[in-house]
Amino acid sequence: MGRVVIDVMPKPEILDPQGKAVAGALARLGFAEFGGARQGKRFELEVEGDVTDDVLERAREAAATLLSNPVIEDVVAVRAAS
Amino acid sequence: MRIGVVTFPGSLDDRDAARAVRIAGGTAVPLWHGDEDLGGVDAVVLPGGFSYGDYLRCGAIARFAPVMREIVRLAGPADGAGGLPVLGICNGFQVLCESHLLPGALVRNDHRHFVCRDQRLRIERADTVWTRQYAAGEEVVIPIKNQEGGFVADERTLDALEGEGRVVARYLEVNPNGSYRDIAGISNAAGTVVGLMPHPEHAVDAGFGPTTDGLRFFFSALEGVLAA
Repeated sequence: MGRVVIDVMPKPEILDPQGKAVAGALARLGFAEFGGARQGKRFELEVEGDVTDDVLERAREAAATLLSNPVIEDVVAVRAAS
Repeated sequence: MRIGVVTFPGSLDDRDAARAVRIAGGTAVPLWHGDEDLGGVDAVVLPGGFSYGDYLRCGAIARFAPVMREIVRLAGPADGAGGLPVLGICNGFQVLCESHLLPGALVRNDHRHFVCRDQRLRIERADTVWTRQYAAGEEVVIPIKNQEGGFVADERTLDALEGEGRVVARYLEVNPNGSYRDIAGISNAAGTVVGLMPHPEHAVDAGFGPTTDGLRFFFSALEGVLAA
C-alpha cells in the first residue's frame, strides 16, 4: 500500500492564533531560542499500489478541493511517503 | 413564504432559526444535510453550530453535503445576478465562505477565547434581501457567540467588498474576534446571499436575549419573497 503525505500551512499574512499559543507555551517552558511558531496540518492518504504521478496529481486535486482553503492556507507539499 | 432551515450533523441553532422564521410569519421547512431537493422553498437559512464537529475546517465538510450542492446551484455564482436567498449565520457563514458563495474565510478568534456577548452592530447595507427592513447606518444589538469568527480576506477582496457596498454589518465598540475592518457580515454582489457572524435568531423574542433587533432579518426575507 502506498501513502501520500500532504502538508498544509496557514498563509503567512493570515493570523495564526494556534501558532501564537504554541510560541507562548514554548517561551514559558524555557525554549527561548524559538521566537515564533506556526501550526499547520499533515494529511496522509492511502492508495492501493504505488504512488504514481497520476496518484500525486489526484492528491494535489484533493488538496486544492477539500484539504485546504486557498483563502487562508497554502498546500506546501504533496509527496509520496518514504 | 417557506424558508428552509438546514440541519447538518452538529447544527445547534436550527430550531431557534426555524422559530425566528415562524415568529416573523413565515413557514419554516426543515431540510436535512442529505436532502438533494429543497422542496421548493423560497429561501434558506444555514444555522449556527458545529457542522460535522468543525472537523478539517469549520464548514469545510458541510460544503460538500448533498443539500449544499443544490443550494450552491440555486444561489450562485457569487458575482452573478442572484438566485435563491440564503442567510448563513455563524457556522452558516463559514459554510457560505467554504462554498465560495461569499469571499473570504473565518478563522480562530485573534484572542483565542470563545466569545459570547451582546454585540452592538451597525447595519451598513439595508438593501439586501435579508436587511431591507433596517435603515442603512442603524445600530442594533444582537448576541454573538463564536470561537472561529474572525473574518479574513486579502486586501484586494476587502477593498472590493467595501467599494461594492457588500459589507452588510460592522462591529461597534468592541471587535469581538479580530475580524478585519470590523466586518460582522457580508453579502454577494446581488444582495441575495448574506453571511453574518452574530445571531439574529437569538434576538427575536422579548425577554429572551438583549433585544428583538434580529427579527427584521427574517421579516426582510419574507418581504423579499413577497416582492419576487
